Amino acid sequence: MKRKWEQFKKSYLLYSFKRDPVAILSFCVLVLLLLIGFAAPLISPTNPYDADSIDIMNSEIPPVWSEEGVEGFILGTDVQGRDLLSTMIYGLRLSIVIGLGAVMLQALIGISFGLLAGYLGGKIDALLMRLADIQLSFPYLMVAIFISAIFQIVFGIGRYADLAVPLLVVIIGLAEWPVYARTVRAAVIGEKNKEYVEAARVIGLSKRIIMVRHVLPNTLTSVMVISTIQVANAVMSEAALSFLGLGMPVTRPSLGSLIRSGFEYIFSGSWWITIFPGILLVIFVMVINLLGDWLRDVLNPKLYKG
Amino acid sequence: MFAFIVRRITQAVFVMIVISLVGFSIKNKIGDPVRDMVGERVTPAEREVLRDDLGLNDPFLVQYARFLKNAVRGDLGLSFFHKKSALKVIISKAPATLELVFVAALILIFVSFPIGVFTAIYPNNWFSRFTMSFSTLGVSIPVFLTAIMLIFVFAVELNWLPSYGRGETVNLWGWDSGLVTADGLKHLILPGFSLASIMMPLFIRLIRSEMMEVLETEYIKFAWAKGLHRRRIWLLHAFKNTLLPVITVFGVQIGIMFAFTILTETVFQWQGMGFMFLEAVERSDTSLLVAYLVVVGAIFVFVNTVVDILYGFVNPTVRITGRK
Repeated sequence: MKRKWEQFKKSYLLYSFKRDPVAILSFCVLVLLLLIGFAAPLISPTNPYDADSIDIMNSEIPPVWSEEGVEGFILGTDVQGRDLLSTMIYGLRLSIVIGLGAVMLQALIGISFGLLAGYLGGKIDALLMRLADIQLSFPYLMVAIFISAIFQIVFGIGRYADLAVPLLVVIIGLAEWPVYARTVRAAVIGEKNKEYVEAARVIGLSKRIIMVRHVLPNTLTSVMVISTIQVANAVMSEAALSFLGLGMPVTRPSLGSLIRSGFEYIFSGSWWITIFPGILLVIFVMVINLLGDWLRDVLNPKLYKG
Repeated sequence: MFAFIVRRITQAVFVMIVISLVGFSIKNKIGDPVRDMVGERVTPAEREVLRDDLGLNDPFLVQYARFLKNAVRGDLGLSFFHKKSALKVIISKAPATLELVFVAALILIFVSFPIGVFTAIYPNNWFSRFTMSFSTLGVSIPVFLTAIMLIFVFAVELNWLPSYGRGETVNLWGWDSGLVTADGLKHLILPGFSLASIMMPLFIRLIRSEMMEVLETEYIKFAWAKGLHRRRIWLLHAFKNTLLPVITVFGVQIGIMFAFTILTETVFQWQGMGFMFLEAVERSDTSLLVAYLVVVGAIFVFVNTVVDILYGFVNPTVRITGRK
């Protein structure tokens, strides 16, 4: 463990990180946002899910610095009288959980399919990649919207709202796995004829062990690079679905559903319900994108093209 | 080449069968055609008779075959809400969406080409640097937020442009067009810009990097040495050769833009196919939903197949690498 740490301290990754102010800044902002998200119950001023603490008379109060602002509601309140700042913090938490969950599911499906297709080849390869090709010929957002529309009709709107978090993870996971499968497959094909794999085969290791213990670790660089971008994509997809009313319900709003509920009131001048969650969402996605760009430049894996 | 075309078409047919199977299972398992026809106020016994008449108690495969046969003849079922053929409903909404995509594509071309070329020619200019750093921000702004901001600034605060609907449309040979009236054009500006904004950062970067690559080539150096006017070099010789890769990407991205119309149309209450689709989801109008799935799937499969085959003509390596 200690040796690994020493190794990391001397690595090129850390060296270039320390020399890139944009990367440092994005990393700090990202960590801060993640902390805020995970510590939401501890730091948010009120609990937006607690119906007792909400007073409908408090609805649509503008931020504290404008004339009609009220002390205690720093960023104002939304249409249901919830403190906007607290609701945003809880919304960020949901966006993080769904984004990470969806990417983990994508990675799980995509990496296993990619490994199998790349290492075993033949019929399995043809079948899995055809499947990925077909799905990739449709825009992923469209696939996600279709799957969620079907789920909503199958489960009914009420049940769907109750199960929204796991369902969104599944929807976004199913919509984007081909990206992983393709990347991993291309990397596996690049690795599988190298001497160490040959050696492992000669000493009689089973296919499963060679795939998981020997080939997989060497494909992880490219997995890491696409993972950052995929998290940003997943967060955006979740926001888009919630904005369309196919995601988180208004009672447990994510950033996307907050923007949706605020949009209806923008014509009456209540801009803050839309703008503040919007800014938070943009900052969150942007720091992930900036880190992703930096990581891609540094690790520069010959991004194997499928 | 012939084998390539056959293989590509077989694949397209296979995909369409998968899509129709998905569509049919949704319709069969979730939708209730009897409710679609008579509503809720009919006794169970009468329903059962109706089910038999309609062949809803037949085996799955028999029903699927019937669904396919009807689909090929253009009958995708009745919309529960509109009480019309689902295909007719979709076709009546298509012009709105197509015009929106068309205008967005025009805006995309007229904005991103000049900026892309400029940033390639003057990479150190302050405007180029600003554009490049702004493009990362641009990628991170979801389209519905762009749309809302545009509405807030231009419709709510400044009151210059309308914020919803298509405005005045004129019926041209069965095509409801908003392109020929001043009011219709005004209504197209904000949705068009929002839709174009998703692709703009990507396109500016693409055009810029392609152009910069071309500017480094030998024949451009030769043109400089020959003493040609710089505008002639940039616009005639260099620009022409950045076009091919850009057009290829453009073809692919139009499809993605089509998906994003669902979001744009929701924000602007644009009476197109995407808006109709979401309404169908809210009303649990399964037939219309399935019809949308099949129609959009067919459009995508058709376009992809045609593009691939055309590409096979232009670029022989494609037809060879696909061979087993």
